Amino acid sequence: MHNSEQDNLPRLIRSIDEVDAGLVAAGYIASRQISTAIYIAHHLRKPILVEGPAGVGKTELAKSVASWLMLPLIRLQCYEGLDESKALYEWKYGKQLLYTQILRDKVGTLIGDADDLGTALKRLHAFGDVFFSKDFLEPRPLLRALEQRRGAVLLIDEIDKSDQEFEAFLLEILSDYQVTIPEIGTVSAAVPPIVVLTSNSTRDLGDALKRRCLHLHIGFPDEKLEARIIASRVPGIDARLLVQLVAFVQQLRGLDLKKLPSVSETIDWARVMVLMHAAVLAEDVVRDTLNVLLKFESDIETAAKRIADFTQKAQQAVVINR
Amino acid sequence: MSASRPTPLKSIRAAASEPLRRFLQVARGAGLRVSAAEGIDAARAVDLVGFSDRTILKDTLGLVLAKTADEKVLYDETFELYFQRDEFSAANDPQTNPGPEAQDLRQWTPGGLHETGSSSGQSLSEMLESDERAALAMAMEIAAHESGIEKIRYLTQKNRYARRILEHMGLHELERQLAALRRTGTPDAAARAQLLEERVERLWDAVRDFVERSLILYARGEAEQFRERLLKSARLANLDRRHLERMRVLVRQMAKRLAIRYARKRRRRQRGQLDVRRTLRRNMSWGGVPFITAWKQKRIEKARVMVLCDVSGSMAWVSQFLLMFLYALTEVLSDIRSFAYAGSLMEVSDILEHQPIDEAITRVMASMGFGSSNYGNAFADFEKGWLKHVTNKTTVIVLGDARGNGTDPRTDIVGRLAKRAKRIVWLNPEFRSSWGTGDSDLYRYAPYCSLVRECSTLNDLERVVTDLLEEAA
Repeated sequence: MHNSEQDNLPRLIRSIDEVDAGLVAAGYIASRQISTAIYIAHHLRKPILVEGPAGVGKTELAKSVASWLMLPLIRLQCYEGLDESKALYEWKYGKQLLYTQILRDKVGTLIGDADDLGTALKRLHAFGDVFFSKDFLEPRPLLRALEQRRGAVLLIDEIDKSDQEFEAFLLEILSDYQVTIPEIGTVSAAVPPIVVLTSNSTRDLGDALKRRCLHLHIGFPDEKLEARIIASRVPGIDARLLVQLVAFVQQLRGLDLKKLPSVSETIDWARVMVLMHAAVLAEDVVRDTLNVLLKFESDIETAAKRIADFTQKAQQAVVINR
Repeated sequence: MSASRPTPLKSIRAAASEPLRRFLQVARGAGLRVSAAEGIDAARAVDLVGFSDRTILKDTLGLVLAKTADEKVLYDETFELYFQRDEFSAANDPQTNPGPEAQDLRQWTPGGLHETGSSSGQSLSEMLESDERAALAMAMEIAAHESGIEKIRYLTQKNRYARRILEHMGLHELERQLAALRRTGTPDAAARAQLLEERVERLWDAVRDFVERSLILYARGEAEQFRERLLKSARLANLDRRHLERMRVLVRQMAKRLAIRYARKRRRRQRGQLDVRRTLRRNMSWGGVPFITAWKQKRIEKARVMVLCDVSGSMAWVSQFLLMFLYALTEVLSDIRSFAYAGSLMEVSDILEHQPIDEAITRVMASMGFGSSNYGNAFADFEKGWLKHVTNKTTVIVLGDARGNGTDPRTDIVGRLAKRAKRIVWLNPEFRSSWGTGDSDLYRYAPYCSLVRECSTLNDLERVVTDLLEEAA
């Protein structure tokens, strides 16, 4: 990256195509929509809220953006009960305790020669502020992201798993890129981080949060895009097998299943096929490896009935594509 | 920190904001909730990507404006519908291919919109004669804007708006010219008149088509919202059977909202142990010796509910919706037991729990509904079978008009019930003014109830259930 900009300045993304190329270089095949989202988010300085089924590459997107822009990736995994002491900052209690101990030991020598209470207190006051200062502060992901000199990619993963209170707490950071620590004051970001929030929609997120974010929905990719993704992730795969495999999975997604196979499952499946040295998609191989794609017994049963039909169609897909 | 400041607003080109402003209006009309802040974001985003690439524009605005899966679908439709209008002039005439000027229209309309005004420097007859589609299309857009097309709401307004648009485009003048041409009587003039008439006819079709699309664009979301508002505040007893499906959807939506809100609260309070961090912090002044402890848990009380529903005659409707509401809330209410009564009382919890709620309710109604009610009997049945299950944590909800057809109201049982239960809530779908008239015993029951409330619409129901959950949380 030989730009004229200095190293400590954030990189400016100039076009959507640049995003596209950058992500490809980082090993992430993005649809046009995804690239547009990153481009807009970068220029508008807005967080992106990414929703979509599990395994379509929501988390991967943040990682790839970080590796492309060579920024540190700071990840905050959300769960129920996550609070600010784990997300933002925590006081170093041990250190603070030690400090009180030392203070107690030294307090005698410190105020020993004071004649009256007023003077003694005045001397003590000079030390009071140290207690809640940056020295005793343990930064957690959110604060760390703000402190990065060159900016960062902040990934807030599975925000829907956190409590509603936490969501409200995030609002300040998302709109102003600053946080308020009651004992110290407001900390603003030197360079606003690129914030990616992901959600699996286990609950509806609040309007306030959504209003502050760009909303990107990543669905299952179409046949062409999925083939490109697999090709980049499983380099050794035979072109014919690749097309058949993708065609099969695409058909599977048309079924009424509890959990539809996602891109990550397709990748796993492709790897299994490569390991098994399969050259083409054959019915018996599919039957044996179906549990890689489908994670529920009932789903496997449903799909098993259609294997022959789907495999045949998938084999034809190659002929048409050629 | 000027470096992190967003693009200043004034730098957004005025040209870009006008068509965008109109699109936002359309989007709001279609039912997308677009806040002012999102409007500004949209303007900044469009400023960044420009209008030239339609798919990028669509993706960009989609990122900013549509924030749920439903909204994305709505947004896609609206976007297509709105921007499809550009191509109308070419599409309406099979003889010409879509000329480049038709596609470029969107780009140069905004800038020229206000300066040129409705005349566009050409009269309508000139435009028609030279058959300049782009000019016509633009004149039509402008005329439509001037005639306030975005206020269109009903199908019946279609012709009025079409005429108004044509008048703004100069229809009167054209008619005068046509009349003059016919008066001249020369074959040349007649041919010209003929040509103009044909083209005016075609223009009428185009305008009507345009108005129709506008109607879909501007009025769809609002009609939907209007109907929802109406249904929520309509008396349940008066509702038509054909609204039933819609009502069910509404009830489920409302219940889901409540469930989300209160489920969170409860789950958080269920965790419970010593909160080491807060304890330490609180005791810092004593050198960390824990004088004061901080706990993660608070005692929570789940709402235990017993619902007694009158399923006789007109009450059946309201009962149905109350039950539907409560059973949609099973996540946040523990232990709902439901009873149906008319002449006598029976427990229906089992039926309701083990079948899809819609079918279950129909079954309950069929097996005992639509008889004449006897409150005394029903309460006696309840006392005999279930009073022992009522504890000081139970909220008893009675839904009924308290009209026992002159039978003994047995207020003594209600008195005993009130002593055992946490509280009794009496919901009456009748107007307050008719309480206690005729055979209504409501005021004889009222002293034993902690709350007596009129409850006849979905909004009332939601309020009652919210109170119930607030009390429990």
